[in-house]
Amino acid sequence: MSKYKVNLKINNIPISVDEGTTILQAAKMLNFNIPTLCNHPDLCVAGNCRVCVVEQKGSRTLPAACAVPVSEGMEIQTNSMQVRAARKHIIELLLSEHNSDCTKCYKNGNCELQDLANEYRTSNNLFIDLMKSTKMDISSPSIVKDDTKCIRCQRCVRTCAELQNVNALAVVNKGHLMKISTFLNKPLNEVVCTNCGQCVNRCPTGALVEKNYIDEVWSAIYNPEKFVVVQTAPAVRAALGENLGFDIGTRVTGKMVSALKRMGFDKVLDTDFTADLTIMEEGTELLTRLKKALVDGEKVALPMMTSCSPGWIKFQEHLFPELLENLSTCKSPQQMFGALAKTYYAEKINKNPQEMVVVSVMPCTAKKFECDRPEMRSSGYKDVDYVLTTRELGMMIKQAGIDFTKLEEEKYDSVLGESTGAAVIFGATGGVMEAAIRTAYEIVTGREIPFVNLNVTPVRGMEGIKAASVKIKDVKPEWAFLEGVELNVAIAHGLVNAKQLMTQVKEGKANYHFIEVMACPGGCLGGGGQPIPTNMEIRKKRAEAIYQEDENMYLRKSHENPEVNDIYKEFLGEPLGHKSHDLLHTHYKARKRY
Amino acid sequence: MEKKLLKKVDLIFEKCNCLNIIDKVLQRSGDDIILDIIDSGLKGRGGAGFPTGLKWKFAKNEEADQKYIVCNADEGEPGTFKDREILDRVPEKIFAGMAVCAKAIEATKGYIYLRGEYNFLLPALNEKLTVFNQAMKDRKFEFSIEMRSGSGAYVCGEETALLESMEGKRGEPRNKPPFPVAQGYLGKPTSINNVETLVFALAIMNIGPEKFKEFGTMDSRGSKVFSISGDTPKGGIYELELGMTIEDFVNEFGDGDTKAIQVGGASGFCVPRKHFKDTIIGFEGIPTGGSMMLFNSSRSMYNVLQDYLEFFEEESCGQCTPCRVGCQQLLKGILAVKRGEKPPAYLEELKKLSQTMKIASKCGLGQSVANPFNSIVNNFREEIIY
Repeated sequence: MSKYKVNLKINNIPISVDEGTTILQAAKMLNFNIPTLCNHPDLCVAGNCRVCVVEQKGSRTLPAACAVPVSEGMEIQTNSMQVRAARKHIIELLLSEHNSDCTKCYKNGNCELQDLANEYRTSNNLFIDLMKSTKMDISSPSIVKDDTKCIRCQRCVRTCAELQNVNALAVVNKGHLMKISTFLNKPLNEVVCTNCGQCVNRCPTGALVEKNYIDEVWSAIYNPEKFVVVQTAPAVRAALGENLGFDIGTRVTGKMVSALKRMGFDKVLDTDFTADLTIMEEGTELLTRLKKALVDGEKVALPMMTSCSPGWIKFQEHLFPELLENLSTCKSPQQMFGALAKTYYAEKINKNPQEMVVVSVMPCTAKKFECDRPEMRSSGYKDVDYVLTTRELGMMIKQAGIDFTKLEEEKYDSVLGESTGAAVIFGATGGVMEAAIRTAYEIVTGREIPFVNLNVTPVRGMEGIKAASVKIKDVKPEWAFLEGVELNVAIAHGLVNAKQLMTQVKEGKANYHFIEVMACPGGCLGGGGQPIPTNMEIRKKRAEAIYQEDENMYLRKSHENPEVNDIYKEFLGEPLGHKSHDLLHTHYKARKRY
Repeated sequence: MEKKLLKKVDLIFEKCNCLNIIDKVLQRSGDDIILDIIDSGLKGRGGAGFPTGLKWKFAKNEEADQKYIVCNADEGEPGTFKDREILDRVPEKIFAGMAVCAKAIEATKGYIYLRGEYNFLLPALNEKLTVFNQAMKDRKFEFSIEMRSGSGAYVCGEETALLESMEGKRGEPRNKPPFPVAQGYLGKPTSINNVETLVFALAIMNIGPEKFKEFGTMDSRGSKVFSISGDTPKGGIYELELGMTIEDFVNEFGDGDTKAIQVGGASGFCVPRKHFKDTIIGFEGIPTGGSMMLFNSSRSMYNVLQDYLEFFEEESCGQCTPCRVGCQQLLKGILAVKRGEKPPAYLEELKKLSQTMKIASKCGLGQSVANPFNSIVNNFREEIIY
């Protein structure tokens, strides 16, 4: 459908744009940047910070460029004296409410308000200091909320509502008392918050940040009595470079391994290994459930749902407790790793698990919550001791004085360091599904999946909910019950989409066997612990990097991982076996909504 | 400038047979009704003064499967209490005015958004609405009205915040455009009119635009219900012709010692004695939603301003920066000047700030704080400083 064109002038330059374009977008086309704070490409327009005001000829007031669509004959000035004076006032006002102790702020150097204050050369004390001395909310193991730094742009509120549909954060009170808070002002760890950290990814200041464990990890590294192993999640390697001088979408796996070794970790291992292991366990679990349903006529919970994303798990525990049976009992790769590190691996390297410290580097803030769950102590110790986000690792590499861009690439240590391309794609939405299909299809039929170059394209991409079917034909005799079965799968990323899909399941309107859900938009690559900023373009580039990494791997199917085969032979026995059950599987608990 | 002498009028409270008027209106086309309203020059009586006929025309021209008419009875402006009186004494005229609008713009559903503090009026209003809705049914006119109750936030009188509140959301103003006439309640074209405006629309249907135009001036047609309070021996509700000077007004309602008058409530303008003669009450002079607060020489204008600013500091919805923080800064600022913590020259900074609030705030609330601030600070600077 062709759109109407609208003619206008911005800073005296004529331009013709599609109807519905905002002044902000039109200005961008002419290479005029208008500053914004409350605006975010992933969220609906708010128009409340007013930093983007511009002058419109004939208008008594200054329209907000982010919120006002262009109209015919409009004449806009984006940088007039009046506009600059108003913007400066607005920034000064925000600063007067703001805790401007920047040198002590975790977001120092990566703060949109700080950038604007610098750009507009604010005098910082034009107005009276209005900062309220409120206590930080440090109740959550994942997220720290500091209201003294909040500029009330409501990006977090919109994120929690629009992208996640969780609504843990909301606006309360009005006027000078207006603030962002939780239900009944309860601490974050007592509300429906899933710890996904999407709000952290979009907070322009330091009001919402991850709880960092940087000092704890340095202490462990420099404690001679501790043997510190680190695992890195699939999505980290596709984004860490953004914090360390590389372009978006650069894969930095080898450099990251090298940096971790230089930082002093005793062993640098890979969560990808347990991602492959997850496929073996979860794939077997799915096939077992299908067998029970199709052959034994037993009542089993289908569709089965993935359990890698701890934000998604907590969401389900709060909002769909009646569907907990549908969740795979598999722990997430992070927790499988932790459980094996302090058992199998400790034995192998002859270490006392008590002396071991397991650190994870994750694209995720919810993983910090996950490792604290009481269920996650099957080694007899806390399986994973500390979780660092991609951002924290970036910061630590800088603290260590490592010139990251110039590092030689190195390889992961062994064992627990070998992985396949199927594990890497866990980092992108649809990746777990694709990895599972690659393995399950081959186990059942003895043949590779019928997709060019093993790329299961129907499950890829950034659509909120994806669905696909795989027809299973000519199966091996032991899987005869699956002959001719059309395996229906669905994938959701972003909890707003998950909620939609779960509602369908709950109402019996969904005919799926297997569902993958990731709490964050784009999957782990868009996780709450990934470099800031984030937007669709950035997430797509990270996804490309992940799929490239997969294609460059020699092994691309989880069941071909030699270390995985070894661990079954030497230690676990078989998927879903007794040891697996003890170490690699877990259970869930229903939680209240408030 | 065209001036009128102070004259009491009775269009609002005068008894009339509403159903007869509706019957006549139902015979007419929407365009025809709107032409009359445009011709009458009626402007919104809530304070902003948008031409009513034009608003209805916009709403009529929208194509939609559903349209709404909302009566804004969230009378929250300090010093304004005329809608309460209208709601109490002639509610049928409001309903009938809404029916006129419904016929004109092709709306089938009406809502009266009643300020939370006026909930005591609800039982009587609901009772009368039952009768009215039945009367519409009897006439086979597809239109009914329901009451909606606010919770006492001043900002919900702002039309888009009102809609948010009606939709069950937090009462925060929306970005405009789109305007409510295009996307209002539940995203459908909605005409939002003040209580008094709707009653005048009915009056125009009754007496015709020509008769209506006999009252008032070129820019301010008709009469207006005033809420008169403060230092006056005759406080209360009066319907007066628009276009009189403040001097005339003060001569009638003042106590002989009036030093200033706040026209249009807390968000309006303060007029000092020296400007009484040359200030007209009306859209060409100082527009008002009806509030007239008189102050005599016993009053401290500093206290008046502080009161207003405390009100705005609390009643800002808090979403936009200029209004949320600006109101606090203005209040803290005059306090600091008063206490000598800031030099008198700081008032100039605050005036500049109020100017920014006027042009950069998201809605009328923040935009109008500059009105009382500047008019009081400019005219009573000494009282603010010393």
